[in-house]
Amino acid sequence: MAKETIALTPAMPKCWNPDSKPHKFCPGCGHGLTLKMLGQAIDELGIQDKVIFGCDIGCSLLSWDFFNVDSVQTHHGRTTPVITGIKRARPELIGIAYMGDGGGYAIGAQHLVNAATRNEKITAILINNTNYGMTGGQMAPTTLPGQITETTPFGRDPEDSGYPTMGPEMVAAIAREGAYVARGSMANLRQLKRFLKKALENQMEGNGFSFVEVLSSCPTNWRTNAEATWRFVEKDMAEHFPVGEFKVPGKKEEK
Amino acid sequence: MKEKPVKGERRVFMTGNEVCAWAALAADADIMFGYPITPQTDIMQYWTRLAPKYGKKFLQTEDEISAGFTTLGAVIAGKRAFSATTGPGNVLFQEPMSMAEMMRIPVVLIIPMRGGPSTATVIYSQQEVTMTAFGGNGEGFRVVYSTAGHQDLYDYTIKAFNTAWKYRFPTFVLSDGYQGKMRESLTIYDPAERGIEMVKAEPMLGLPGIPGVDRPTRHLRNTYNTEEELYEVVMQIARDFEKAAPEIVEWQDFDTDSEMDVLILAHGVVSRAAQGALPLLKNEGIKAGHFRPITLRPMPEEQMRAAAARANRVVVVESAYGQFLKLVKETLYGMDKPIDAILRPGVGITAEEIVAEIKERR
Ligand SMILES: Cc1ncc(C[n+]2csc(CCOP(=O)(O)OP(=O)(O)O)c2C)c(N)n1
Ligand code: SF4
Repeated sequence: MAKETIALTPAMPKCWNPDSKPHKFCPGCGHGLTLKMLGQAIDELGIQDKVIFGCDIGCSLLSWDFFNVDSVQTHHGRTTPVITGIKRARPELIGIAYMGDGGGYAIGAQHLVNAATRNEKITAILINNTNYGMTGGQMAPTTLPGQITETTPFGRDPEDSGYPTMGPEMVAAIAREGAYVARGSMANLRQLKRFLKKALENQMEGNGFSFVEVLSSCPTNWRTNAEATWRFVEKDMAEHFPVGEFKVPGKKEEK
Repeated sequence: MKEKPVKGERRVFMTGNEVCAWAALAADADIMFGYPITPQTDIMQYWTRLAPKYGKKFLQTEDEISAGFTTLGAVIAGKRAFSATTGPGNVLFQEPMSMAEMMRIPVVLIIPMRGGPSTATVIYSQQEVTMTAFGGNGEGFRVVYSTAGHQDLYDYTIKAFNTAWKYRFPTFVLSDGYQGKMRESLTIYDPAERGIEMVKAEPMLGLPGIPGVDRPTRHLRNTYNTEEELYEVVMQIARDFEKAAPEIVEWQDFDTDSEMDVLILAHGVVSRAAQGALPLLKNEGIKAGHFRPITLRPMPEEQMRAAAARANRVVVVESAYGQFLKLVKETLYGMDKPIDAILRPGVGITAEEIVAEIKERR
């Protein structure tokens, strides 16, 4: 019996905080899978003692005690400057700013843009789930044209409320040599882990700003079953938001 | 051993903003974050010229929200970090300052007040009292020093760092555009030589060892799940604030020992006009005294009440439309004492004007 229980327990990254598991995200949410990949990346790089994990307000805040790494939960949109301050003060630490698309592209857009422009040596990870998860499914900067949300009940009309923010494309356009920019997806976890790892390594090498957007699910607010959720992430979102690397220091991008 | 920016004691003649930069250096601040706004900008400009010589850093951020949050980040990482702002910038600073209040992050913010509301003037006022003392969605768990001259600016900027780091409340040094831009003589000194020891800035995150293995992990947060959980946290902050208040409060009084016809209540640079008014009033046969709270938050309540008790009436004088008056009314609540006020929002006040008003209203 005991043996069976152990066999059924999924392998947890070493840097996860077992006391806060099972985690608080909804079943089928992309946050959990992304953080699993991030945990594995931290383990493989052996940086648990150097990482400072900052999380935003939004469902990302549910990760405030997710890892056994020193962490700070900040305000909506303000994780980028908090981690910037930490990194500027203690360059030997590895700063991760973890946020939603509302946090990064709306209320904290000026911080993302300026951190990228200044080539701050931090790693920003942004969950693109095409809506505001925590507040109950309102339109996000990333909501797809025609997509129904609580504040676009008849579907997002780009004429009225604009087109989705193309985050990595924007960051790649303004960041300078040394920056690492990619868009991964929960639909390809191996690739996502590779991107996250490179984004951390890029900071460790002191090259510059690192940014990974993650195509991620929010079945609770999308009101989708497993199949429809998967289809939306893998097909609808990927059609609009190309997955791949947009900027890699000194190297060719992986498409 | 790092070279000290200020050695021994030195008489100098400089602007208030320059004094603040020197004081932050003398207090061994490590890093400043800021965004330009008149009349604060020169603090940054002096800092950017002086700081590199002593291995200290600076970052000009994209706005004051960022300046506030980067400052908090640096403090969390264990540095003595600070910023300076005013007016609309102070408005934006309220968000990070409320996070500091909740998470007990020590931070120093220097505010040479400009006119308000809105963009108003870049010159002078005392209109940021309410916002500085009680801004943000908080309870005013903050320390606010109101300075009345360049020696004050030097002394209280240094002191602000120790108050912030000792008690772990955001600490503000209120100056104003007049003081910031005006030159005055003062003595600058190495705090150590006066027996002032700087409280060590300890990291809140990024400690040695593997978290969860060699030591407990540090998880800092400002979000809570239930009302009860929040209540406990806020009440603990309240108790700590109440306990620290008697140790923090500072004030000055002038001619308040005997019975007075009138007690003038003023803070900051207006206190100097009040001090100047006392001999003039005496010549006119009016027995006047003056009480100046140096800390507006916490307020020296007992001391102000004791002074007020010896006067027939009190007159509040300020360069705002009743912000300090509100604090006075709260402090003197329950005393049977007529309270009059001379309110000059965004305008300077002279000793002669105070005398004229007091005579007219007698
Ligand atoms: C200044 C401020 N405005 C609004 C909010 C309310 N709020 C909380 S979470 C959130 C949106 C979160 O959406 P997103 O950043 O996309 O993250 P998600 O929850 O989808 O992971 C908002 C608007 C807030 N906390 N602070
Ligand atoms: S609301 Fe959406 S984003 Fe938030 S935890 Fe649930 S599924 Fe995830």
